[in-house]
Amino acid sequence: MAVMKKKGNKGLPPISTASLPDVIFMILFFFMVSTTMRDQELLVRYKLPEATEVQKLEKKSLASYIHIGQPSLAMQAQFGTAPKIQLNDSYRTTKDILDFIAAERDKLNEADRASMTVVLKADANTKMGIVTEVKQELRRANALKISYAASKSLGY
Amino acid sequence: MADIAFLLLIFFLVATTMNVDTGLVRVLPPMPPENQKQEDIKVKERNLFLVLVSGSGNIMVGTPNNQEFTDLRQIKDRTKEFILNPMDDENLPEKTEKEIELADGSKWVYPESQGVVSLQTTLETDYQTYIMVQNELTRAFNEVRDEVSMQKFGKKFSELEKADRDAVSKAVPLKISEAEPRNIKK
Repeated sequence: MAVMKKKGNKGLPPISTASLPDVIFMILFFFMVSTTMRDQELLVRYKLPEATEVQKLEKKSLASYIHIGQPSLAMQAQFGTAPKIQLNDSYRTTKDILDFIAAERDKLNEADRASMTVVLKADANTKMGIVTEVKQELRRANALKISYAASKSLGY
Repeated sequence: MADIAFLLLIFFLVATTMNVDTGLVRVLPPMPPENQKQEDIKVKERNLFLVLVSGSGNIMVGTPNNQEFTDLRQIKDRTKEFILNPMDDENLPEKTEKEIELADGSKWVYPESQGVVSLQTTLETDYQTYIMVQNELTRAFNEVRDEVSMQKFGKKFSELEKADRDAVSKAVPLKISEAEPRNIKK
């Protein structure tokens, strides 16, 4: 009987936290491997169009991004809701695309320059007028490989 | 120890993104030199397949003289029929024999279609509609490529080796021409 009583007094032993760092490190390494650094802050809001035949971007380091969409909520007081083009970290017009492409091209190795891809991230509700202007400007800048960013959907 | 790990974990959660960029890859035509006179490239009527997308999202397809309204879902089959021209119809594109060098050094003669898909939009067309049409056109080309590689190599296009894939891409080139949108004001 005395033995039983002693056992009851002890209660549930606390869970050992000795392995907690290991678990957290495991999650940490998972995130380090599977994510990429956020390179720029978005000033426009967009919902990408959907498509089924999308291809993955081959190399992220060779991609330059052009964002098109409504200014983000914080910026709408200042800039309104008309669609804007974002290059790097500021709003720009189509005239700046030539310089932007030249600067992006300079960042790359000479061997990689031919395979530079411009990723057009435009809101699904943008009108083609602005997209076409950007495309014409890209042709002028001789950045011919482009990718229309779209999220994968399952079809109709 | 766990605190440090937590700190690092939270840093990575905040500072990184996970999304993979996917999209429709296209190659734009190079800009013609400014001093050069713009000459319209003449394409035979039977070799041209017009896809017109209006500002309200209506789609018309057909030859330059004979277009009809169509549904998004029909574009793929119409385009496939146009590229393949299975019955050698006189109103569908002509084919020319093209010699393609394969990885093992042998030659492969394939009747390449001379057809060009011409996609035209207006300034008011929604980007979403445009992408959906582009998607259907890509799907048509992808299915044709799949069929051709099935016949030639017995595998799907995406499962081929790179050299074979290039050969099939040469046999079925992605010929989508994009005219500047109509009523452009400049």
